[in-house]
Amino acid sequence: MDPKLFLSTSRVVIVAGKGGVGKSTVAATLVTAARRVGLTSLLVETDGKPLLVDGAGDEGLTAQTITPADALAEYLDRSGLGRISRRLVTSGIVDVVASASPGIDHLLVLGKVKQLERSHAADVIVVDGPAAGHALTMLRTPRALADSVVVGPIRQQANDVLEMLNDETRCQVVLVTIPEPTPVNEAVETAFSLEEDIGVRLAPIVVNRVDVHPHIDIPEDLAVGSAAARAARFRNERTAGHARCIDDLARRLPLPQIRLPLDTSATPAERTEHFLRAIEGLDGASP
Amino acid sequence: MTGTTLDTTIATARVVVVAGSGGVGKTTLSAALAVRAAIDGRRVAVVTIDPAKRLADALGLAGDSTVGNDPVRIPLDDARGELWALMLDTRSTFDALVDRYSPNAEQAQRIRSNLFYKNISGALSGTQEYMAAEKLYELNGDARFDLVIVDTPPTRQALDFLSAPARLRRFIDHPVYRIVIAPSSIGLRAVSAVSQPVLRTIAKVVGAQALDDALAFFKAFQGLDAGFRQRAHEVDRVLRESSTAYVVVTSGQAEPVAEATYFIGELESANVGVALVVANRLMPHFGKENDSLPPSLVDNLRELADERREEESNLEVLRIARPDTPWIRVPLVPELVDERLDTLAALRLLGRALGDAE
Repeated sequence: MDPKLFLSTSRVVIVAGKGGVGKSTVAATLVTAARRVGLTSLLVETDGKPLLVDGAGDEGLTAQTITPADALAEYLDRSGLGRISRRLVTSGIVDVVASASPGIDHLLVLGKVKQLERSHAADVIVVDGPAAGHALTMLRTPRALADSVVVGPIRQQANDVLEMLNDETRCQVVLVTIPEPTPVNEAVETAFSLEEDIGVRLAPIVVNRVDVHPHIDIPEDLAVGSAAARAARFRNERTAGHARCIDDLARRLPLPQIRLPLDTSATPAERTEHFLRAIEGLDGASP
Repeated sequence: MTGTTLDTTIATARVVVVAGSGGVGKTTLSAALAVRAAIDGRRVAVVTIDPAKRLADALGLAGDSTVGNDPVRIPLDDARGELWALMLDTRSTFDALVDRYSPNAEQAQRIRSNLFYKNISGALSGTQEYMAAEKLYELNGDARFDLVIVDTPPTRQALDFLSAPARLRRFIDHPVYRIVIAPSSIGLRAVSAVSQPVLRTIAKVVGAQALDDALAFFKAFQGLDAGFRQRAHEVDRVLRESSTAYVVVTSGQAEPVAEATYFIGELESANVGVALVVANRLMPHFGKENDSLPPSLVDNLRELADERREEESNLEVLRIARPDTPWIRVPLVPELVDERLDTLAALRLLGRALGDAE
């Protein structure tokens, strides 16, 4: 399908996936890909650490980091509590606030994303979800808070964020996985939770680092222990394993797959190219 | 560096803490280390956190047998030692602590049924790290084991684990706690003048109900704080003992290597040395062949060698940044990735690969 159409399906795209699957790289690629097809884009990081994935090759990459503490301070400012909020933050009372109502930090971060969306900060706002796969926890928060908090600004904020999450023209989630058994299992579980518990729309799933090398025939007269034979068996096992996992994923999760090739030395520009080509290869069906 | 660093570590340490970012095979590696140490004669307890189903099955951790939060013994025919495994249950570890330090059952019950407590014992960031450290401490004092291996929660901050006891202490000593507790000991008027705007603000943010729950928790917690503080101090001591070894795991991908480098720096700045870095799941070294072979074989060798070179250049970052940290390279054990094979056997293979590693 047309990459531009694909990338403008919703303004907010939340990228989620467990550690080690290349989530941040995929998020950066989405931002660059959007720019390549003429859309303005913004990368939002939701954990406080400096970017480890460099956007080299894309000087125009616009990124913004939202931390829970900043989001809380801003929220308090808006609520007319600016002076006291700084004292709260510095005294560490924020910790207790966050513990008293777990997930409030997540809600405030999502609230900030919603604000960026409403103010049309860019055509495509890509949110690189929290590290270590806490994306699910983060996305569950608005519903949990909307259910448990009866009145007040938090209730309002939770409702507004939930409205955004449940509107497929405003927000969707891109899951990222790799073709190995454990990541695939986790992706399937996460996908069902996202749809059932949160009601957020899932975009096609990104299967990252797929080895698509054709089967290598090993001549019978080649010594079993030779380097070439061992390397060929290794490669054949890997490609077969990847194919099994991709089939397994397709069987268990009815989502189109964006398969990105295993190419460890690819530059960001090449990754963007791979990505755009993979989208073009998708069926015209809506993402 | 050779595998002897690893052998020394698992032969002499009383505690091994395995740290690293997600997706590098940390949990599996912890299990493999435990299998190897048990075969070598040690009585090992391995604490895993959220293992994949297949690993949990292999370690006998699937099903209801884990509810007790107590280690389960795993039969290993050829082991001179013993292998025990435990899946960390954050909530019940916390509950046990509350029971231990509560002066009576009523107070324990009051805390355990408090909504704020339920929130922090399940979801507070750092609670899982602290409870992993707490479990480590408990097992370290258990005469059944002479080696405890702990898989740490996936995090981007290695120090989250190391500093967990200090953070628990800080939480207990928190201003809010003092504000709530103070009226009973100091004059109510003086304190409320300070505390009311703060409490009103918090109530505005989290809602009055959540605040009431938090206040009720801190009130119920009175009397337990001394016990908790002392315990956190002892846990902290074990984490810093010289018989506690830190192993940092990475893969050959750029991002985990960057994170491992950062972890090592964090640990060293906290005066905790890293015993060993394990570069895990690496592309094996197949060697060279002459060019008379069919092109598909030659091309494949070249492509895999390119992948390996890419990993090596990623790992070079770590070597340059931390020249004094010993490390080993462990090639990918394909049996561990193949979901159709026996995981315990695959763990043995990984354990053996660890010993052979260079």
